[in-house]
Amino acid sequence: MNFHLIYPEFFLIGLAFLVLTVDFFLSEKEKYLLNWVSAIGMAFILGIALFMNQQGDLYQGLLIIDGYASFFRIFFLAIGIVVTLISRDYVDSNVSNPGEYYAILIFTILASISLASSGELLTAYVSLEILSFGLYVLVAYDRYNPASNEGGVKFILLGAFSSALILYGLSQTYGLIGTTRFNEIAVLLNSMENISIGMLIGFVLILAGIAFKLAAVPFHMWAPDAYEGAPIPITAWLSVCSKVAIVALAIRFFTNGIFPLAPDWQPILMILAVLTMIGGNLLALVQKNMKRLLAYSSIGHAGYLLMGLAALVGVSDDGTVSKDLTHLVSNGLIFHMVAYGATNFAIFFCLIIVYNSTGREDIQGLSGLASKQPLVALVMVCSLFSLAGMPVFAGFTSKFYLFNAVASQGFLLMVGVAIVASLISLYYYLTVARYLYIEKISNDSVIYVSFNSKLILIALLVFMVLAGVYPSPLMDLIQTATDSILKID
Amino acid sequence: MEFLSFSNPASLVALPILGCFILFFIPGHRANLVRWVSTIFAFTVLIISFYFFLAFDHSEGGRQFIYEYEWLSLIGPWGESQGAISMSVGIDGIAAMMVLLTGIVMFTGTVISWNINVNNKDFFILYFLLLSGVFGVFISYDLFFFFFFYELSVLPMYLLIGKWGSNSKFSSFERTKEYSAMKLTLVLVAGSALIWVAIIAMFVQSGTGSFHIDEIQKVIPDKFSSEFQSAFFLMLMIGFGVLAGLWPFHTWSPDGHVAAPTAVSMVHAGVLMKLGAFGIIRVGMTLLPEGAQIWMPLLIGLGAVNVIYGALSAMGQTDLKYVIGYSSVSHMGYVLMGLGTLSLVGLNGAVLQMFSHGVMTALFFAVVGMIYERTHTRDSLVLSGLAKKMGTIAVLFTLAGLTSLGLPGLSGFAAELLIFIGIFQSYEIWGIILGSLAVIGAAITAVYILRLLSKVFFGLPDDTLPEYLDLTPREKFAAGILVIFVVLVGLWPFPFVKVIESGVEPVLLQIVGAG
Repeated sequence: MNFHLIYPEFFLIGLAFLVLTVDFFLSEKEKYLLNWVSAIGMAFILGIALFMNQQGDLYQGLLIIDGYASFFRIFFLAIGIVVTLISRDYVDSNVSNPGEYYAILIFTILASISLASSGELLTAYVSLEILSFGLYVLVAYDRYNPASNEGGVKFILLGAFSSALILYGLSQTYGLIGTTRFNEIAVLLNSMENISIGMLIGFVLILAGIAFKLAAVPFHMWAPDAYEGAPIPITAWLSVCSKVAIVALAIRFFTNGIFPLAPDWQPILMILAVLTMIGGNLLALVQKNMKRLLAYSSIGHAGYLLMGLAALVGVSDDGTVSKDLTHLVSNGLIFHMVAYGATNFAIFFCLIIVYNSTGREDIQGLSGLASKQPLVALVMVCSLFSLAGMPVFAGFTSKFYLFNAVASQGFLLMVGVAIVASLISLYYYLTVARYLYIEKISNDSVIYVSFNSKLILIALLVFMVLAGVYPSPLMDLIQTATDSILKID
Repeated sequence: MEFLSFSNPASLVALPILGCFILFFIPGHRANLVRWVSTIFAFTVLIISFYFFLAFDHSEGGRQFIYEYEWLSLIGPWGESQGAISMSVGIDGIAAMMVLLTGIVMFTGTVISWNINVNNKDFFILYFLLLSGVFGVFISYDLFFFFFFYELSVLPMYLLIGKWGSNSKFSSFERTKEYSAMKLTLVLVAGSALIWVAIIAMFVQSGTGSFHIDEIQKVIPDKFSSEFQSAFFLMLMIGFGVLAGLWPFHTWSPDGHVAAPTAVSMVHAGVLMKLGAFGIIRVGMTLLPEGAQIWMPLLIGLGAVNVIYGALSAMGQTDLKYVIGYSSVSHMGYVLMGLGTLSLVGLNGAVLQMFSHGVMTALFFAVVGMIYERTHTRDSLVLSGLAKKMGTIAVLFTLAGLTSLGLPGLSGFAAELLIFIGIFQSYEIWGIILGSLAVIGAAITAVYILRLLSKVFFGLPDDTLPEYLDLTPREKFAAGILVIFVVLVGLWPFPFVKVIESGVEPVLLQIVGAG
């Protein structure tokens, strides 16, 4: 067995246990070191991952370590480091038992990585469960806070339900096709004359499960409460990591596995996408709490991602499936996820900084931030504009790229809906910008920003701008990633 | 640093952005340093825009100072050509005029804004960002970057108006700056949403994998059917029309102009509204020539409504800034009518009117800003007989007013005359009717301008008002630059029209060829 392919994953497991062990030997005052242990450990593993370019299969194709998997390994480790760093102040002052917090966080990173590299449904399911269980615990981590408990309970009940859906769909598929490997599914589906209804039910259940995990409307009910109740860094993590991991899996599953059935699943995803884009952004209009607002905004963004997933393969009028533009669309999807991830971390970090000093997470608590902490306000307003899809930020370029790719696939009308949805979103982003810059200061609390936090803020800002005005290095990386799953054969 | 070399139009975008960067690192409390640095940058940009105007060879015509850079490659089945988004810039006759206009308004706006005392660093950063977007639109030949800069020039408006703007009171209600800023931003972005859809549709339909205007232009006869052109030209016309103040999508404009701080009103009414008309020429008429032929009668009709409606609304206003705001709507109507004629004379007139109105309205807003700063009111019912105490301001306002009503010898006359000739020549009987409406619009303009002059400036002096300082040398300098161009274009429009004609002709030839 070529276990050397997944050394980074082994190291991650090791790191998680190391953090748990180190936790025993630290007094309460020294717990902040755990943050350093996990951040430096992940940076070390990231370094290894960057230099690993071997490719191959493990366990007869259960795990596929190709360019795509390596890209997402690097991506998840990078955002893992970011979320660890932005957790620091929050965890020090608001969370008990930081050891378990960081260890579980590392396990969710591991699960996300294996989700992106799984080559068959059962591995994907197991990875998804590891990810979900980690997130259940983390959402309810603030255990004396009723909101956190409520969010956790909703999340765990609906999450378990959606997992059950996926599992049922999976067993249905396996029962009727006899395999769970993506590429074998594709071969069998291609050779079949007609598709039985049971098989379709299986795939639809899997799709519904994915929609649940992505918080697509009408499966979004759990999201706002879970987002609101969770500790802020976890809200950020939830809004980025789980979505990216699911979409990473979905791209591989759709393009390598069930693309022959595209005429059947495409309309479902399109309806979900339109509902999610419009619904998420409309519901965000009335929110007063920043976390809830961002929850609905991230539902809206999940809509754009679903739109990209729907457009992954082209279906002509007579039902033939073409993959001419799959490459462009998957590039667009990944680009948008990267841009969205960086932006969301930036905005949540600003929120953490404000919360740590003032204890407020409503929009009004932000008023006058520009005169108290210009840098925080600047980063926040830039991320708001990036989320709204305004130039010069990453959000504009990635949105343009994704929308353009989807339209090239022939979904101009849906792109029109997406553009209207992002116009709606501009209203509530601008409202937040108004509190930051225009409204008078409502409370005279001092907001403290450490030097490290400033560095992270600047790094995120620079990334947002660079990805917006000079995306070609990033796109080259994404291109090599998608090349490996979309081999022309 | 290829971007900053003199003969590369991209320097017009890069310099203001460089200015933003340098301002970013100046401590906020050193307000004077901020002012000087901004002025130096604005002056450099002014020089460069002059250079492009003077170095532009109108006898050669076409596009000059071309610079291309492949920015991002797009993978896909694009036939023989490889898909890409490229940064492609260049200057043609129309852009040369607009770049000159932007340079002038940017510099005078910067000089006028010396009096901003609250966070002037942030103000200038946003102001420069706005202007780099404006320059970018004028020089871009790639639809992606065209749209990129188009959105960039809308984005900073929200904060500029919301933070440094002013509320305005009416008898029964108050219009807050936050409301105006939100309305302006949302309406403009809604307009650009339409443009976005149309751009993507053209990209998809052309199948070239390129956003470059030239590449798309090559396949117009093969790929763009009449129905396609008709549908998406309408979309573009409304999308750009929103920014150009096209009736009935103009309501953001008076509110926005009134709420904005002086320099932003100058840029917004003077330059930004021209982006809309410019977009109709650059994207709409160039890429969808048949669509242009189909919808131009509608544009000329709506333009006539703009002229009359704007002028009548201006007549009903008492707030000086609202008067100017509605007069902008009315004057943009002339531009749209000029575009609608689809004749060389009319289009020349339209572009000249864009320039003339840009300079004139910048002067108007500058003067109103000066009055407001001294008297703290803009109410024409309160202000009276200002000429006695503020002689120079009265002269400037009179000059701008006379330009606005089209007095021969000033820039407005040359431009409006060309437009009128264009309208009368086109569309037979309708041309005569619409042309008469346009002339009536000019007459209404005369009514509200002269009424304003007679009351506010030359009426009985109100002795209860305290003594006011007349203009400072700095303000005189800024206003002087604008006055020079108002007079120069009025007395000697020939060289300007030559430059415009070299840009307008190819667009027009294509439309005539398509029909």
